[in-house]
Amino acid sequence: MLEIKNLHAELEEDSEVKILKGLSLTINPGEVHAIMGPNGSGKSTLSYVLSGRDGYEVTEGSATLDGADLLEMEPEDRASAGLFLAFQYPVEIPGVGNMTFLRTAVNAQRKARGEEELSAGEFLKLIRAKAKELQIDADMLKRPVNVGFSGGEKKRNEILQMAMLEPRMCILDETDSGLDVDAMKLVSDGVNALRSPDRAFLVITHYQRLLNHIKPDVVHIMSEGRIIKSGGPELALEVEENGYGDLLAEAKA
Amino acid sequence: MIPRAKLKAQKVDVAEAFIADRALPEGGAWITRAREAALARLTDMGLPVKRDEYWRYTDPRRLTETAAQEAALLDPQGEAPVFGAFDRVKLVFVDGVFDAEASDSLALDGVELCTLAEAARADLHWARDLYGTLEARAQAPVERSLASLNTAYATEGLLIRVTGKPAKPLSIIYRRSATGGEAMVRHVIRVEPGAEATILENGPIAARFNQVMEVDIAEGATLHHVRAQGRDHERAGAAHLFAQLGAGSQLKSFTLTANGALIRNEAVIWLDGEEGSAHIAGATVGDGSFHHDDTVFINHAAPRCESRQVFKKVLRQGAIGVFQGKILVDQVAQLTDGYQISQSLLLDEDAQFLAKPELEIYADDVKCSHGSTSGEIDPHQLFYLRARGLREDQAKLLLVLAFLAEALDEIADPELAEDLRERMEAWLKRRV
Ligand SMILES: Nc1ncnc2c1ncn2[C@@H]1O[C@H](COP(=O)(O)OP(=O)(O)O)[C@@H](O)[C@H]1O
Ligand SMILES: [Mg+2]
Repeated sequence: MLEIKNLHAELEEDSEVKILKGLSLTINPGEVHAIMGPNGSGKSTLSYVLSGRDGYEVTEGSATLDGADLLEMEPEDRASAGLFLAFQYPVEIPGVGNMTFLRTAVNAQRKARGEEELSAGEFLKLIRAKAKELQIDADMLKRPVNVGFSGGEKKRNEILQMAMLEPRMCILDETDSGLDVDAMKLVSDGVNALRSPDRAFLVITHYQRLLNHIKPDVVHIMSEGRIIKSGGPELALEVEENGYGDLLAEAKA
Repeated sequence: MIPRAKLKAQKVDVAEAFIADRALPEGGAWITRAREAALARLTDMGLPVKRDEYWRYTDPRRLTETAAQEAALLDPQGEAPVFGAFDRVKLVFVDGVFDAEASDSLALDGVELCTLAEAARADLHWARDLYGTLEARAQAPVERSLASLNTAYATEGLLIRVTGKPAKPLSIIYRRSATGGEAMVRHVIRVEPGAEATILENGPIAARFNQVMEVDIAEGATLHHVRAQGRDHERAGAAHLFAQLGAGSQLKSFTLTANGALIRNEAVIWLDGEEGSAHIAGATVGDGSFHHDDTVFINHAAPRCESRQVFKKVLRQGAIGVFQGKILVDQVAQLTDGYQISQSLLLDEDAQFLAKPELEIYADDVKCSHGSTSGEIDPHQLFYLRARGLREDQAKLLLVLAFLAEALDEIADPELAEDLRERMEAWLKRRV
């Protein structure tokens, strides 16, 4: 489904800053992959390059979603094609109601895919049900997007968007950071509810904790813009116990 | 000559050239007295010139040159008229002249309505205590002599006395039929104790307009004022809103401006009684040769009053937006709550926003804040929306409307607000 080959990316404004240095990754439908790695290894950059944020220059390599060249597409077209990024730092948008935003997004994607737009009633029914599962109350839906939300509320709001948009390839960038135990459970339940044979996940995380709730099929360790080791869930446990030190040394050797 | 005297002489010259071929209109005793007094003020002060500190960001020449420049008529291209969907009392002016045939009946429960043309023929009128009085009051601390010009020469307008709570809004509609010409329009509004009304205005008035609205809001009375100034590109004009508020009274005034070669909207508000509340807001969208100036002066002259100024401008392709706003808090005005925000959203690098926010506070127990910002569309917000599937133009539109929302929120009636929001959306859709 998602196929990344030898991806190199640097900062657009400073080509000296090379962030991704030959990253390759293949994720098949139904799979959950986790990427772990020290701060600054390029995890967020990978998620931004895949979703099309300005500011990065891809100098080599490719990334395709179901065979389509992601890197050639506008961010909105990537979204309509089924790519979703749950942001590490969700953006506040004063003056735009959360509900209006979501309805506009859902219908923009449906329209781009040539599907019928949802009526106000259909949308309302859907969002009420999904919001309830994530314990997002009516007030949060009415408030401007992410404005005045706590860290946990922002992350739950990202998962709500994911649930509403039903993307096929979901990237979660440190969705667990800043969550307490209860919020972590809500978020992981939200993610698990979406798991299906034709949907895949790339879960970027710092801690093994989240992976107890969202069981990955494959765990990758990322360092300095590359994947230095891949393995099963036991790799995450190893990181939890010993830190990255040994793995990084091993990769350098 | 010392510079100050030279500036004064220049201003007086401009005024004298302007009135050289204009005789004061004929009228009854009360209005003749007011007109003569205004003319004396005008010839004493002169008309504004670019070197006036108070006109630092806006060159007044188009408003003061003897002949008004022409302005092409806007083709509305089938767009439904502003406020068209509302049940209202239509009061129509064509090229600045009241058109009784196109207007609804002036009889309405809770309001006494009369045209200025008719009132001017009488020897006595209730408006005599207001007409020109608030304009004269507004000449300090800075001169607003364009308004004196209006007091002296205006022959058209409405005198509105609100005695109850009329069931419908009074909707003043300005249509144009001529590309050239000038209009001076003068409205005087008195809202009696406890009364409440909504006054709507829409349309471009004339190729060049000079409009003054004097408003006296008595104790416990409320006035809602919602104005859409038309969008004829080449027109120029100045509008003055002078309002004095009694104890516990309320004024909410909102203005939408789209396009215009030079539009200066001034508001001078006196909170004279305790616990009065004045909200003055404006939303502006303009491009090209657009020059728009909001100049607001709010005087807190009594304790426990509240004022809010919310001005938002969306500018592109060389448009210039100006905001001068001052809150003056007298020594007696303890527990004043004053808020002022002026913001511009520049859609490209050619647009400009010039702001001069001021606070002058003589009371010690007050809460006053002001802020002014100028910026572009936030790239992080734009990317966030696009990452959720919104097309770039759609995302920009949503963000621009979100920027304007705080000003629109100052309109009390949500349906009126929605009507104006849709206008702005249509304007933006054609451009963003
Ligand atoms: N916009 C940017 N400007 C400057 N440096 C950046 C920018 N984006 C990423 N970097 C740098 O690239 C490296 C990788 O960052 P990031 O992708 O955020 O890592 P991670 O998410 O793994 O912590 C860091 O050294 C970071 O400072
Ligand atoms: Mg990161």
